[in-house]
Formats: sequence, C-alpha cells, structure tokens
Amino acid sequence: MTTPLPKRIIKETERLQSEPVPGISAVPHDDNARYFDVNVEGPGGSCYEGGVFSLELFLPDDYPMCPPRIRFLTRIYHPNIDRLGRICLDVLKNNWSPALQIRTILLSIQALLGAPNPEDPLNEAVAKQWKENQAEAIKTAREWTEKFAQKK
Amino acid sequence: MPIATRKRKADSTTASADATSEPQRKLTKVSKALQKDSISQEQAALPATPQTLTSDKGMDSDDDFNSVASSMDLGEEMSSSVDFGAGESDVDIDDDYQDDGAFDATAKDLAPKRKHFEVEFKVYSPQDIQSQQDTQIAEVANLLEQPSEATAILLRHTRWNKERLIEQYMDNQEQMLDKAGLGQEINQNPPRVVVKNGFTCDICCEDGPGLETFAMNCNHRFCTDCYRQYLTQKIKDEGEAARIKCPGDGCRKIIDAKSLDLLVPNELTDRYHQLLMRTYVDDKESLKWCPAPNCVYAVECGVKKRDLNKIVPTVHCECKQSFCFGCTLPDHQPCPCVLVKRWIKKCEDDSETANWISANTKECPKCNSTIEKNGGCNHMTCRKCKNEFCWMCMGLWSEHGTSWYNCNRFEERSGTDARDAQAKSRQSLERYLHYYNRYANHEQSARLDKDIFHKTERKMTLLQSTSGMSWIEVQFMEAASQALQQCRQTLKWTYAFAYYLARNNQTEIFEDNQKDLEMAVENLSEMFEKPTDQLAGLKVEMMDKTTYCMRRRVILLDDTAKNLKEETWKFNVELR
Ligand SMILES: [Zn+2]
Ligand SMILES: [Zn+2]
Ligand SMILES: [Zn+2]
Ligand SMILES: [Zn+2]
Ligand SMILES: [Zn+2]
Ligand SMILES: [Zn+2]
Repeated sequence: MTTPLPKRIIKETERLQSEPVPGISAVPHDDNARYFDVNVEGPGGSCYEGGVFSLELFLPDDYPMCPPRIRFLTRIYHPNIDRLGRICLDVLKNNWSPALQIRTILLSIQALLGAPNPEDPLNEAVAKQWKENQAEAIKTAREWTEKFAQKK
Repeated sequence: MPIATRKRKADSTTASADATSEPQRKLTKVSKALQKDSISQEQAALPATPQTLTSDKGMDSDDDFNSVASSMDLGEEMSSSVDFGAGESDVDIDDDYQDDGAFDATAKDLAPKRKHFEVEFKVYSPQDIQSQQDTQIAEVANLLEQPSEATAILLRHTRWNKERLIEQYMDNQEQMLDKAGLGQEINQNPPRVVVKNGFTCDICCEDGPGLETFAMNCNHRFCTDCYRQYLTQKIKDEGEAARIKCPGDGCRKIIDAKSLDLLVPNELTDRYHQLLMRTYVDDKESLKWCPAPNCVYAVECGVKKRDLNKIVPTVHCECKQSFCFGCTLPDHQPCPCVLVKRWIKKCEDDSETANWISANTKECPKCNSTIEKNGGCNHMTCRKCKNEFCWMCMGLWSEHGTSWYNCNRFEERSGTDARDAQAKSRQSLERYLHYYNRYANHEQSARLDKDIFHKTERKMTLLQSTSGMSWIEVQFMEAASQALQQCRQTLKWTYAFAYYLARNNQTEIFEDNQKDLEMAVENLSEMFEKPTDQLAGLKVEMMDKTTYCMRRRVILLDDTAKNLKEETWKFNVELR
C-alpha cells in the first residue's frame, strides 16, 4: 500500500473498535488495513442462532464510492448466499451509497440471516427447498449452523 | 425482343422520375413511390406474370397501408403532438416536392403513394433530438409551472409520455414529484455550493474549515469533492445519467442538470448530456439510433413491435446505412424480423454442415476440373471443357433462361422415398442446404461483385485518361454496382424467407419473382466480367440492366410485403 489510508477508513476502523456493534466484530489485518476478518453472530430467534459466522471483507481502492467486497467463509445454508459464500444483498450492489459504512453493511448482513428471502435467490436449490418445504429447510440450516458455525 | 424495347421505354420514365426525386431528400422515402403512371406502363410492358395484376390492385388500395401509418401516429401511447406529429410530416413531404424544381404539376397533384414495402420515417441529427427534447420540456414546464430541470426529470420518469405525466401530475402532484425523485419545494432553493461551519462529510470524513459542501433539497449534504467523485463515477464508469440518485443512503432524489453543472467539469457535463440523449432515444419506441458504427443519427418510425409480423420496416439513414427499424439489423426485406432471427440462429447452429457449401472452389460438373469463383456472377464457364453451368445449382446455364427451369425452387421429393426417419431427416437437411446454399452464395457474390467493381473502377480511371471519357460518364458503373449490392441483399433474404414459407398459391408467384430478379442480377453481374476496354461501349446496356434489376426488386418486395400485410403467406413455423 503506497497510498496513505483515507481518513474515512481510519475513522471507520477506529469506531469499529471503540464502539463495536453487538454480535459483530471486524478486525483489520496488520499488514493490510483494507482487509478485515469479520465475525457475525446468528441473530436470536433465527435458525442461525448460536452460530458464529466468519466472513472476509475487503475495501477496494474506490471505496466508499464502490461497496466493500464481502464473502462468507463459514458454510451456511441460506437462499441468498451461494456455495462460495457470495451474498445477494441490494446494498452491496445497486443500492450502495457512499454514505453507508462497514458497520451498516454488516448489520444488513446480520438482518439477512434473520430474514432469508427465497424470492430473490442466489442459491436456487436452497431457495427451492425454502419455498417448498420451509420446515425442512430451517432444520437443515440449524444442522449446518451446528456443524460448521461453532465458536472455536 | 419486343419486350426489351418496350421495357426500355418504361425504364426511361421511371429512371428520370427517380433521378429527380432522389437528390438530398433529407428525411425520407415516400417520394419514390409516386410514379403511379410509369408503374402501370411498366406493368403493361413486363412479361405478364400474375403479380403485376395483384400489385396494380395494390396501388389503389393503399388505404390499408395508411391505416397502419395512422395507427403509428395515434398509437396507444398517444405519441404527443409536440413531437413530430402527422401534420408536421405532411408539411415535410410538401416541402420536399417544392424544393424539387424538376417536379411538374401533375406529379405534385398526385397524392404521395407509398409502396407496400416502404414505411414512413424521419432521420434526426443530434441537434434535432436535442431540440425535440427542449421543445417538449419547455411546453410541459409551462403547463406544470415547474422549472425546466425538474420537468426534464418528470418527463424522463414517465419515459417522455407527456399525456401520462400531465394526468398523473394533475391527479396527485405530491405523489408524482415524489415518485420521480423530486420532492417538494423544487421551486425554492436553487442549487448552490455552501461552506458550513462544523460540518463533517459522511463520505470522506473531512471536517476542515472552509470545506465546500452541496446538498439537494433532500438535505443529504456532502463535500463537493465527494459529490463530484460520486457523479463522475456514475456518469463515466456506469454510463448513468437520467436516473442518478442522491448519494445519501436510501435517498431517491434524482440529480438534476443544474446541480450537475454546478458540481462537475465541462467535459463530464457533455458526456452527461450525451447519455441523456441516449436514454431519450432509448425510452421512445418510435426512435432508434442508426446502428452504423460512429453514426450519430437517430431514425423515427411509427412501426410498433406488434406490427413486425406484418411489415418489415426498412429505413435509410443519412449515412447511407439501410437497416431494419424493428431489429436494427441491416436491411433484410422481404424476410420478417422473427424469421431473420430464427434463420441466423439456425445457420449458426448448423454452420459446420453448411460450411463446405460456401467454399470458393467447386468442380466442373462435366469434366471435374477445379473451378475457382472470383467474381460475383454465377454463370460459370469451365476453362477446360467450356461447359457453361450455374454455380448455385451446378445445372446447365443454357437452361436457366427457360420457363421450366428452377434454380431457386426446392423440389420436394415424393413421399415414397421419405418414409423412414433417416430419409426424412436427410431430406430436411437437403432442403435447408438448398436455401442456405443460395443465401450464402448471394452474400458471397455481393462481396465478389464489390471487389470486381473496385478493380474495374481502377481500370476505368486509367481508361479515362486514354479514352477521354469523363468522370461523370463512368458513374453508371457505380450505380450498377450499388444496384447489384442491394439486389443481392434482397435475394439473400428471399432464401431465408422461402425456407420458412409453406407452399400455397402465392409461393409460385414469389418464386417467379425471385427467379426473375435472380436472372436480372446475374445478367448485370456478368457485365462486370467484360474486358474493361469494352465497358465504355456497354454503357447504355448496363444502365438498362441496372434499372431492370431495381425494378424487379421493387416488384418482388412489393408483392411479398403486400401478402405479409394481408397475412396471405403461410409459414411452416409460428411467426412469434
Ligand atoms: Zn467528502
Ligand atoms: Zn438525498
Ligand atoms: Zn446512420
Ligand atoms: Zn428486422
Ligand atoms: Zn469442365
Ligand atoms: Zn442454377
């Protein structure tokens, strides 16, 4: 990184440490301040409750004009998250605004865990199951959470 | 050859009328259609094929075409009177005739008649399009008592449907403004850049004194640097213009031209206005950009999507490009858009099977020596055995002029030998190859015709200095070459058309027309292979053949277009 870190990123990072969002942590790498290790707890009452999901987050050069790049590292059974961990979320695409921040985006992701939307699927197979047999889908999501998303 | 002499007479009438109407007609086409009397003469003169009778009837029943035309103007969307209404185009046509000094009173008295395959259209320059937008904005702004920047946003929101905008606005002004991303009080607070004490920009987190800031009246305030960067990215990288929202999270307020001018450098506002123009044209069903590379013109045509099974709307841009208004591919008359799409797909899928066909070399059917095709003409003569044959069907050339010989028609074999599945599939492949062969051949021949013309043109230029012929006198070559290109283009598509055509009484007329045009084209094409020093002496003959080709083309197109409009063609696939 030859270019100095923009004030915006420095401020955001500071605030993530000083006023952390409950259930969410984001820590930048020592050698790359644009790369974050993220942990998001499954929201209470959802089929992801009790799970801790790790994600990677990268701030591209044109951030905040462009949204951060985020991906689930932990396997998760969710209609809007595909096998590679990519997330289908409007604020990460068309509805991105440079006024949005890392914390707001992570909150949106946590909210997405609480409210899966099979009508706008990224993972067709999961979405199909979600629509046809929701109980079974939720059961699978719980199983996956237990199997893959436990605190280490 | 009495037919030939009478034919020439008719030609000269058509030719002179054409010549007078041709020059610099800025926007249109209609003009060509008016030689009603010369056409009936021509019908008398031409060999009496049935289509001459039907097309004669067609000339009088232009009403049905006009009904298509009027439904264009008053389509459901009620394309507004501000933009190019019907009245305006009438004026244009009159102007056209007045400009045309050569037109005499009798021609002028005739109502302009369009042929069945011609559609009304206009060509617009970027300036025309800009002023069209400006006129509409000004008119609506006046009516709604809104500033023009806001009106522009409202019009873009309703995709330039003026009536709908006014109706919805009158119905619920607040809601309309909100939906369009304007919000209230657009009349107050003209956009301006301000310095605010104690302000921190949410995007860059700068908070220094003297920081310039900007906000639209949604009050989402950011520093001007961030705003500029945001707009630059939208315009430059994302090609957005008409619907750029405020950078505030979740805000749907649309940036207006005035705010934009305030924030970004000139080069970017130019790009912004270009993009706005793009969306203006893209938003209107009746406007399309000319698809020619680097062409800046747009064409307006009233033919709607739903009409495309009944008409093939070929339009001609100022830049000389002829394209289909329906699908923007190069002119593909007489074949309707759906069939063109199908055919192209089929050819792509079957390209391997078909490839060998369009090869440049074939064997002489008599002595088997290899023959290379290096001109557009399909009349081949074997160097070795002097056998004259047709490149397309490999049949004897001598038989091509006779009435029973059908180079263009695919003869379905009798049912007996197509009983099993294998035979059937073989026959369907043969059928496809028959049409593909001819389609590809005209495409290739058109290219070869062009090559040979360019070669000949160079030789002619040399000849000019020795023979004393002037530049104008060699123009007939150019005209002939262009006619060949145009006719081969048409012929090419007649084969795709024929492939999907189911047999009925009309198909025979069609095939006759196709054959006549094909023969006319080959006769003309052949002349290009004459030694250059003979060409000067062949001027009259070449001009005659050129006119004849063009006339056969018009007859074919008029007949196919009329039947398409009247839905008398039967196709072996769904026209959908
Ligand atoms: Zn800023
Ligand atoms: Zn806003
Ligand atoms: Zn053009
Ligand atoms: Zn088309
Ligand atoms: Zn031979
Ligand atoms: Zn032939």
